[in-house]
Amino acid sequence: MTPLAGYLLVAALLFSIGLAGALTRRNAILVLIGIELMLNAANLNLIAFWRYGPHPEALTGMMFAIFSIAVAAAEAAVGLGLVISIHRHAQTADLDEMNRMKG
Amino acid sequence: MLIQEVGSFHPQYVDGPFVTVANFLWLIPALPIVASGMIALLKQPRRRAAATLSIGSLACSLLLALVAFAHVLGGWAHGQAVRETANFTWLRAGAAQVDLGWVLDPLSAVMLVMVTFVGLLIFIYSLGYMEHDENFTRFFCFLSLFAGAMLGVVISNSLLLLFMCWELVGLTSYLLIGFWYQRPSAAAAAKKAFLTTRVGDIFFLLGMVWLFSQTGTLLFYDGGAGSMESEALTGLLAAHAGLGLTAAGAIGLLIFAGAAGKSGQLPLHVWLPDAMEGPTPVSALIHAATMVAAGVYLIARVYPLMQAGSLAGGTTTALTVVTWVGAATALFAALIAVAQNDIKRILAYSTVSQLGYMMAGLGMGGVAVGMFHLITHAFFKALLFMGAGSVIHGCHEEQDVRRMGGLKSNMPSTFVPYAIGMLALSGFPLLFSGFWSKDGILEAAQHWSMAKGPFYMLVCGALLTAFYMTRQVSYVFFGKWRGDGHAHESPKVMTIPLAILAFFAITLGAVGTPAWPWFRAFLDDRAAEFSFGGFHEPGLLALMATSSLAVFLGLGLGWWVYGNKSPQAEEPDALERAAPPVWVVLHNKFYIDELYGATVIAFYAWWAKAADWLDRRVWGGAVALAALLFRGGAHLSRLCDTYWVNGGFDKGCEELANGGGLLARVQSGRVQSYLRLLALAVVVLAAILIWSSRG
Amino acid sequence: MSVISYILAAITVGGGLAAVLLKNMVHCALAVSLAFAGLALLFLDLDAQFAGFVQILVYVGAVAILVVFAILLTRSSETPKDGGVFSPTWLAGLVVAAAVFAVIGWAVLNSVGGLSYETAVPAVTVQQIGQELMGRYVLPLEIVALLLTVATIGAVIVAMHEKEDAK
Repeated sequence: MTPLAGYLLVAALLFSIGLAGALTRRNAILVLIGIELMLNAANLNLIAFWRYGPHPEALTGMMFAIFSIAVAAAEAAVGLGLVISIHRHAQTADLDEMNRMKG
Repeated sequence: MLIQEVGSFHPQYVDGPFVTVANFLWLIPALPIVASGMIALLKQPRRRAAATLSIGSLACSLLLALVAFAHVLGGWAHGQAVRETANFTWLRAGAAQVDLGWVLDPLSAVMLVMVTFVGLLIFIYSLGYMEHDENFTRFFCFLSLFAGAMLGVVISNSLLLLFMCWELVGLTSYLLIGFWYQRPSAAAAAKKAFLTTRVGDIFFLLGMVWLFSQTGTLLFYDGGAGSMESEALTGLLAAHAGLGLTAAGAIGLLIFAGAAGKSGQLPLHVWLPDAMEGPTPVSALIHAATMVAAGVYLIARVYPLMQAGSLAGGTTTALTVVTWVGAATALFAALIAVAQNDIKRILAYSTVSQLGYMMAGLGMGGVAVGMFHLITHAFFKALLFMGAGSVIHGCHEEQDVRRMGGLKSNMPSTFVPYAIGMLALSGFPLLFSGFWSKDGILEAAQHWSMAKGPFYMLVCGALLTAFYMTRQVSYVFFGKWRGDGHAHESPKVMTIPLAILAFFAITLGAVGTPAWPWFRAFLDDRAAEFSFGGFHEPGLLALMATSSLAVFLGLGLGWWVYGNKSPQAEEPDALERAAPPVWVVLHNKFYIDELYGATVIAFYAWWAKAADWLDRRVWGGAVALAALLFRGGAHLSRLCDTYWVNGGFDKGCEELANGGGLLARVQSGRVQSYLRLLALAVVVLAAILIWSSRG
Repeated sequence: MSVISYILAAITVGGGLAAVLLKNMVHCALAVSLAFAGLALLFLDLDAQFAGFVQILVYVGAVAILVVFAILLTRSSETPKDGGVFSPTWLAGLVVAAAVFAVIGWAVLNSVGGLSYETAVPAVTVQQIGQELMGRYVLPLEIVALLLTVATIGAVIVAMHEKEDAK
């Protein structure tokens, strides 16, 4: 078990935990938390690959991770704004009750 | 093709096309037929037009017939035997062909003149007789059609054409017998006539087909290739037909069966007396002079066939049969005529009897003997019928002789010709034509080699003829008037033809006496000379004496029994008092009609019922079964359609909808389930990729 | 991996688990902040110092606060939810997550075996990062800048409209 594999497994575990949270929690904000966790796991993956990859001096991995963080921040802002807006409209943030897109 | 054949005269063949009378022979029947067609297009009230067309066309035919006769006579006078034919091909089927044509020879010339002349007189008579009838126009239409058809029979050179016109004659006879069709008895009589002659016609057709198959032609005379000429006859004699007959004999018998139907010979005579239901001119023309004579004419036409194979002095099977049937009919019908009370029925049975004489004459004596009696009989029988019509007309449609009487003073213009006709029929010696023609037959019978039976039968028949005619005349014209009202004389248009016919009834005899056997010579293509030496033939004078004796005996007996006595209708007849069982049998016509009714007609009715049962139950059942099967099939198909096809389809659609419904649940509107599905898809995809890369 | 890496990994994973499992939402927010911090330390452990500090700045400093604000603003429904905090189909989600972990783990273990490079520790200076950003990654930089602007304006508008509607 190389170090890289170790870091990757940690990232995988974190990703699965984040996914489980996104799939099982009822509150929309907690789903967003799960998504943030998933994004973070991906970042970890990237940095691990950058550190133990062939050309770390190209800084590709680090750049990717940095951009990912920036985008994640923007997405969290918009997403939480939306949750707040929905809450005002439906008086609840319960995802099970938000099924107006039901086919 | 025109050929002038030769008999015992100098042969003279004429080559090349030239116009002769035979080419125009077809006009003689065509004119009355065309007139009939034109009358059919007229409306009922146009009487004068109908009568003019009818009488005019027949008069033209008479003129043409006289021209043809003069042509033949001229040829005969110059020692030529004239037989001109005009043939043409009618049908062609591969190698076989059917020809039609017409022939002009002494036989057809004589017959043409007789038919047109007697026919014209009867047409004129009908003007008066049918004047009060509302269907005057229709009558003349049918009468013209009949005249045309009969003339067609006379001129035809092809057995097929003869048969076609024969059938047409039968049809018009049916139409005319049933002229007053509202009367059930008239309709039944017409049907009976048609059906009975049909029985004979079937045999005729069989004979015709056999002849065609055997000889390949139906023409009588065709320049050596005809069926009545020696080449074909030799072939027919060579072919055998079973029962010891040659083909010639068998065909002859079959054709005679047809003639027997048409001429009312013994088994098929039942229709003639019933045919008296028609108007009297019809009885005169058709059932005395012409149509019934067609059978005799047919036998005369195919005489070479009938005679083929006979040894000199001997005779053939066919002619023997003809003779016996004729003789038997003559006696049989004369017996029945004695016990009848209807004026026309007596004459009808008399006609049957005289037709028997003609047939016997043909069988024993040859064409000339039979034909002479035919010609003379036509004249005096037509006369008698027309006289009877005049009497009926004068007695206000009364037909029972027991309700007439004493008319010789009331209706003298009718009485005198009628008496002349009656004496001619009876065969009163020397003065009247009937004597000479009947004597010719008796002479042939006396010299017949096969048996003497026919001779005795014919002599008895002559006696009976005189007897029943005397009975009739004494009932009608002598004694006292027993009818209702007052009898009046008929108009001139009816009595003048009577007088003309009476004249011929007397004078025609002159052409057939032994002193000057012109008629026989003319028909046999020989020369004839006038000499009293003809009377010196052995046995001739004795024969004349015998027949005269028979006639006088009959006349005397009749007068003695019936004379001036006029028994009332309710009283029994004198003969009836004398021999009741005999009278009953004779009066009921030997129960022949009842016999036929019990056997043939009953069998036929049973057969018709059986066929009906078969048709309704078996064939109808089969059809109904098929229909049922189809309906069942249709039901099955519908069931199939409803449950399997429709049901299946509907179920399929339902399941699809349900499936859609099920699938729609995926669209729950809940984000988390979507995400779940995404993750699952990723898992699957990754697994596949890893698997494929590992392998 | 050294011991420190294990400990840091454990902290991170533990924080994540807590974030997902706790009932009280504020506790979840705090737990997830812990996870973020752990991750930053992991970055430091991986010699990605800049990334680590950016992680702290952005995630711990901004995203976590945002989450807390959002929780606070949507707390009107204080009543305990009937049925619990987990959705009725939590088992399916758990199974799917487990499957995902299994697949990724399997992929990792089967393929990364020969891919470890014992490379030297990269010396990454901020200057280098700056030069990269301004050089090779200038386009992504500008796009991200635009994205951030749009996101800011969008979030404001989304939140603001609600206020007008509530009137």
